[in-house]
Amino acid sequence: MTRLSAITGMAFLLGLATGPAAAAEPTEIKLGYLQRAEHQATLSLIATPAKDDGIAGAKLAIEDNNTTGRFTGQHFSLEVIRVKSDADAASAIATLIDHGVRMVVADLPAPALIAGADALRGQDALIFNAGATDDRLRQEDCRANMIHTAPTRSMLADALSQYLVWKQWRRWFLVVGSHDNDKLYAEALRRAAARFGAKIVQEKVFEDTGGARRTDSGVALIQRQIPVFTQGIQSYDVLVAADESEVFAAYLPYRTWDARPVAGSAGLEPTSWDPSHDQWGAVQLQNRFIRDFSRTMSPRDMQAWTAVRMVGEGTTHVPAADARGLLNFFKSPDFALAAFKGRPLTLRDWDLQLRQPILLADGRMVVSVSPQEGFLHQFSELDTLGIDRPETKCHLQ
Amino acid sequence: MRQGLLLAMGLCLASMTPAEAFTAYVSNEKGNTISVIDTGSFQVIKTIKVGQRPRGIELTKDGKFVMVAVGDDDTIEMVDTKTNDVVGTLPSGADPELFTQDPTGKILYVANENDNTVTIIDIDKRLQLGDVQVGVEPEGMGISPDGKILVNTSETTNMAHFIDTATHKIVANVLVDSRPRFAAFKRDGSELWVSAEVGGTVSIIDPVKHQVKTKISFEIPGLRREAIQPVGINITADDKTAFVALGPANRVAVIDAVTHEVRKYLLVGQRVWHMAFTPDEKYLLTTNGVSNDVSVIDVANLKVIKTIQVGELPWGVTISQQ
Repeated sequence: MTRLSAITGMAFLLGLATGPAAAAEPTEIKLGYLQRAEHQATLSLIATPAKDDGIAGAKLAIEDNNTTGRFTGQHFSLEVIRVKSDADAASAIATLIDHGVRMVVADLPAPALIAGADALRGQDALIFNAGATDDRLRQEDCRANMIHTAPTRSMLADALSQYLVWKQWRRWFLVVGSHDNDKLYAEALRRAAARFGAKIVQEKVFEDTGGARRTDSGVALIQRQIPVFTQGIQSYDVLVAADESEVFAAYLPYRTWDARPVAGSAGLEPTSWDPSHDQWGAVQLQNRFIRDFSRTMSPRDMQAWTAVRMVGEGTTHVPAADARGLLNFFKSPDFALAAFKGRPLTLRDWDLQLRQPILLADGRMVVSVSPQEGFLHQFSELDTLGIDRPETKCHLQ
Repeated sequence: MRQGLLLAMGLCLASMTPAEAFTAYVSNEKGNTISVIDTGSFQVIKTIKVGQRPRGIELTKDGKFVMVAVGDDDTIEMVDTKTNDVVGTLPSGADPELFTQDPTGKILYVANENDNTVTIIDIDKRLQLGDVQVGVEPEGMGISPDGKILVNTSETTNMAHFIDTATHKIVANVLVDSRPRFAAFKRDGSELWVSAEVGGTVSIIDPVKHQVKTKISFEIPGLRREAIQPVGINITADDKTAFVALGPANRVAVIDAVTHEVRKYLLVGQRVWHMAFTPDEKYLLTTNGVSNDVSVIDVANLKVIKTIQVGELPWGVTISQQ
């Protein structure tokens, strides 16, 4: 920390380190939340996202920020707008700006997110991507006003691969869905395999031939279909499935021809958060969430919580109106967010992606947390996950 | 020859006379037990079954009871030190984690982690006297030597709250680094030390001006900055030396408490969090949560001399005064 910033920081702290709740009117800090209109239908009944998925996480962080705000003389609020299309995103942004919002948390598909970020340009404002995992949003399509709390496909694939390699399950049978998102996930998995020393011994595509996802007695058919589909494969250790479109992966565990574990879109899944995560004080957050929302906390909830807490942390050190000042703070070595993952989360200054450990969960327990021990990095082990500085195609503007 | 042998044996016995033996009580967070250690032999002499998720642990000043916060049972249990039985409870409020007594040993201040509250209890009457609303996830509790100010740290709010013990009102809030866990005053009241687990620092605060005077950072060759996560702080009675437990760095930092320079790092067990001195300050015992053991540090020589296996996930430790 430079001397000048140390003195300024101290002065600000002195200002904060006075009496109890400030007698004067608290500073209002308004946040916006752009909610996606639809969620992907899931094969598993219990995987269906809640109606307020993501929003609840943001609301909990608003509450946490306001507890601190009692002492710092700040008050945080959240305005939620549902966005159905890219055009919708731009007009939602305009509405938020009109209402005095300068910090926007968004859970939107990539095209709508980009429309939102572009609509925010020129305003002294920031948008936090708390939902989209597309690597291109941190590469060719990166924006100087867009921070990412959601992990990338590459981070998720790398996290999984490190564990599989650590386990010495190096021979993979890769099954890919037929939609674009599935192919993007497969690409990330192939990159991760090459990076960490796994070998994809065979690949197969699972075509989406349409038809109802859930039928009354469909399970009898699936029991026959999956073994046949996975029969006669080259010797492999683990079946890695790329099925973001929720067409087949959930049907794989315990039905494969060979008795093999499943990973990727089913079985052992990489994720930013899991309701069963109980390490590093996480129980406190899980309990607060369940108490407030009568359901468990999802990855989207956690990604939104993280974004709103970043604003809370930032505005404790830098006045709220100054988005540029906030961004500089986030990129500085003084910024470290505690997010119940055992180590501080910091921001990559080359693409504004939040560094974070990734959980590997089986739907009931957290099996491991990546990065795995032994994967070294010159600067931060968290940078063994995802696109690293020398590889980036991002030119922030 | 025989006389020489007897003399030699006599000398041997004299130098082998053990230091005064005290009793250490270690809370085992996962095992739901207290391990009782005799500091003369450094053996576990008893294991006491307590309630669920025991963490904060402290002896009453008269040494008659061990108070242990059993968070998942929402109470503080009192263990009779003569019989080692749980004989009563204190109305701690929900989810108590850490607590501290005032210098007279009459009042107990408890951090209720889930409720963002500090609960105040009369120990003898076992009665709740009041509470104070603090920041998110309160944990650290430090009382000033004159008993007038209680400092509570809030993990997610990243603050040290200064509470007037007479009025129960917060009189000041000082921002510290990320995820503060522990607060300790120097015996002369001149400094308040607060550890930041995720921030990786210890803030030295002027308790009168309510300002951070300086921060101590730690650097261990071969270890990532992020692995260094300070939690417990213990300062010698002469205010000259401080020991800071560094969590998953598996080390205790030895600090010159006057110059605030780190002198040495002592390798102990895994995930070291809390510590306690024997009353003569000859030894410092550390709880190593992940390796399920307690390390014994020879304070004068700054050496780790013994490791004692205890229960599952040891959290806190308190040592009798006699």
